[in-house]
Amino acid sequence: MLTFEKLEQIRQANIELNRQGIRVVVGMATCGLAAGAQLVYDVFQQEIKKRALTEVKLVPGGCIGACSLEPIVDVYTPGQEKITYVQVTPQKAQKIIEEHLVNSRVVDEYVGKLEFKGQERIALRNCGIINPEDINEYIAQDGYQALAKVLQEMTPEELITEIKKSGLRGRGGAGFPTGTKWSFALSSSGQKYVCCNADEGDPGAYMDRSVLEGDPHSILEAMALAGYAIGANQGYIYVRAEYPVAVKRLEIAIKQAREAGLLGENILGTGFSFDIELRLGAGAFVCGEETALMTSIEGKRGEPRPRPPFPAVKGLFGRPTILNNVETFANIPPIILKGADWFANIGTERSKGTKVFALVGKVNNIGLIEVPMGTTLRTVIEKIGGGISGGKRFKAAQTGGPSGGCIPAEHIDTPIEYETLIELGSMMGSGGMIVMDEDNCMVDVARFFLEFTVDESCGKCPPCRIGTKRMLELLEKICNNEGEEGDIEVLENLAVTIKAGALCALGQTAPNPVLSTLRYFRHEYDAHIKDKRCPAGICQAFMTYVINQEKCTKCHICAKNCPTNAIIGKPKEKHYIDTNLCIKCGLCITKCPKNAIEKTSKN
Amino acid sequence: MGKGVCVCQSEKFKQLEQIIAEQKGQPGSLIPVMHDAQELFGHLPLEVQAAIAEGLDVPLADVYGVATFYSKFTLQPKGKFQINVCMGTACYVKGSQLILDKLAEMLQISVGETTADGIFSLDATRCIGACGLAPVMTVNNQVYGQLTVESAEKIIQEYLLRARRDINANL
Repeated sequence: MLTFEKLEQIRQANIELNRQGIRVVVGMATCGLAAGAQLVYDVFQQEIKKRALTEVKLVPGGCIGACSLEPIVDVYTPGQEKITYVQVTPQKAQKIIEEHLVNSRVVDEYVGKLEFKGQERIALRNCGIINPEDINEYIAQDGYQALAKVLQEMTPEELITEIKKSGLRGRGGAGFPTGTKWSFALSSSGQKYVCCNADEGDPGAYMDRSVLEGDPHSILEAMALAGYAIGANQGYIYVRAEYPVAVKRLEIAIKQAREAGLLGENILGTGFSFDIELRLGAGAFVCGEETALMTSIEGKRGEPRPRPPFPAVKGLFGRPTILNNVETFANIPPIILKGADWFANIGTERSKGTKVFALVGKVNNIGLIEVPMGTTLRTVIEKIGGGISGGKRFKAAQTGGPSGGCIPAEHIDTPIEYETLIELGSMMGSGGMIVMDEDNCMVDVARFFLEFTVDESCGKCPPCRIGTKRMLELLEKICNNEGEEGDIEVLENLAVTIKAGALCALGQTAPNPVLSTLRYFRHEYDAHIKDKRCPAGICQAFMTYVINQEKCTKCHICAKNCPTNAIIGKPKEKHYIDTNLCIKCGLCITKCPKNAIEKTSKN
Repeated sequence: MGKGVCVCQSEKFKQLEQIIAEQKGQPGSLIPVMHDAQELFGHLPLEVQAAIAEGLDVPLADVYGVATFYSKFTLQPKGKFQINVCMGTACYVKGSQLILDKLAEMLQISVGETTADGIFSLDATRCIGACGLAPVMTVNNQVYGQLTVESAEKIIQEYLLRARRDINANL
């Protein structure tokens, strides 16, 4: 059996191991793998073996967050600064091995500068640094030390008090205080459960995937802590089937933790037992809602149910259950080890700690960032994100996914907190931050989200099932140049009704993308309806196709391909498009060898 | 239908029985069994659903209800190469709709359909969390990032050539 002393010995031995030799970490989360990290890893593996570089330890790591620079390879040499190589190819890998590993000469031309200024990594502390498939590497980074400390020194009540004191709030969306949630389940007796919501469905958010792929043991440890706090001996992780790499790493982590005696019966000889099972989602966004998630674990259609009773009273299999999101759990072990006061000192009065954002869309430095709460949007987009790509103008940042809204350019100096985002008509959500520029049409963005909601509505309650459908029809009408006076008012009316009447959070927040774009970009709706134009030039129905006569070589290829014979003109003569016949299919643009056909949204 | 197909199917049903035996009695075992069954058969036709219902002792209506609720479960066979174009927000704002449209045009199928030769199926998928590489698509489990309409078309062309080579090799 694993004892406290043995755990400490493993920790010391692995810290010592990391001090010796050269350590090569290849970022192998989904982004890295998509960028070709496996090939790079294979080259390192073969060459290290071939050249018998016994002092080099090759480690498949998680994601450091700089997605656009993948594949990333970090080389750690004792007593020297870490060297980071970016956009590594198998050829570059060969040269790095030859020069750096064999001859100790850094290959300067491949070295990338990763900028972490303004960031603070708590939830992502181990991502991209340790090997997620090796429990010993986690233990070397003080892994399972929080569990050991709590089991030796704290009662469940003291643990909950500590979490309350830290001010940690749920990172999955609504921001409910974690310690308070745990305390609700403490008082009841009998079988209880701890669930981890890893059904990260918000499009554009992938911090949970990154934690699961890069540091899965931190979630297992935190769930065991939660189990100890409320008196549960069984946990479930509900993870999306769309994340195969995360599933695999979780399976490995659970197996290793069981073998080590850190999950299962009588953990560390204290009499406390806790085990975790994995449950795979099957592609239903609504299962991110807590009651739907638990219904799905029970093996049923993932439909939500009314609350109360809240899960802490009656949850999974009808028993008291607490459910936290991946990022929330990832914050728990550091809070225990460094203390609630340390955590409460980071962030703002109302929102403590840090938040991970997936900074994506039209921004230069795409990737995962972790910043203290209260950081302004300007710092995130301009300093960390490196500004808008292509030198375009920043228009809005979308947060909170299909439940959230847009923060327009005029509010770029707002500090990011749960409350400020709500005041702006958006929400924290799970942390997707999609940056949009002048080329994005906000009516189209609203339509995109409503299409998503209509698709994902489970159909149980009519306000969501029917109401969102009606909203989508109106938005499609507006985008199709068929909008009429009064449509906006109907949209607003529907939005209020759905918010008031829907059963679960999915429905209640579904109108937010529309309300938020109406609040800040009503002029774009008006332009579509009254001026009959799409200012961003996105909505096809408002486009007119014209032939640029200067570029046109009168080759007639476009006319031959036009399905409606809308292009008038004979070979070697002037061609023009009859806009009455044109169906705006865009085929001519793809066929023209000289790029002479242009789309314009002007009348 | 050749004899080989039947033997192969009955072999699969035997494996399904084993999957069911291993998981029966565990709380909430229906969805895990259905995941395994789909992995085994490629899709969940009525016979398979009936076998699961009988094996786990749950009404067939419940199995069908679950199969049709979750988008990962499919009642129709999918192509040898399953193309999923990501329609997450990050991919959408970077033009994944154009890629999806192009592939549909190229394969002459609508989104959600399988080509007549069974080689490709085309779907729009939910965010796969590779937003840093948007726009992305997956072919089976391989992720392709930073796509353009042209590069996506080229990737699928290569799969098509590969499929044709395999067919020729088997002749």
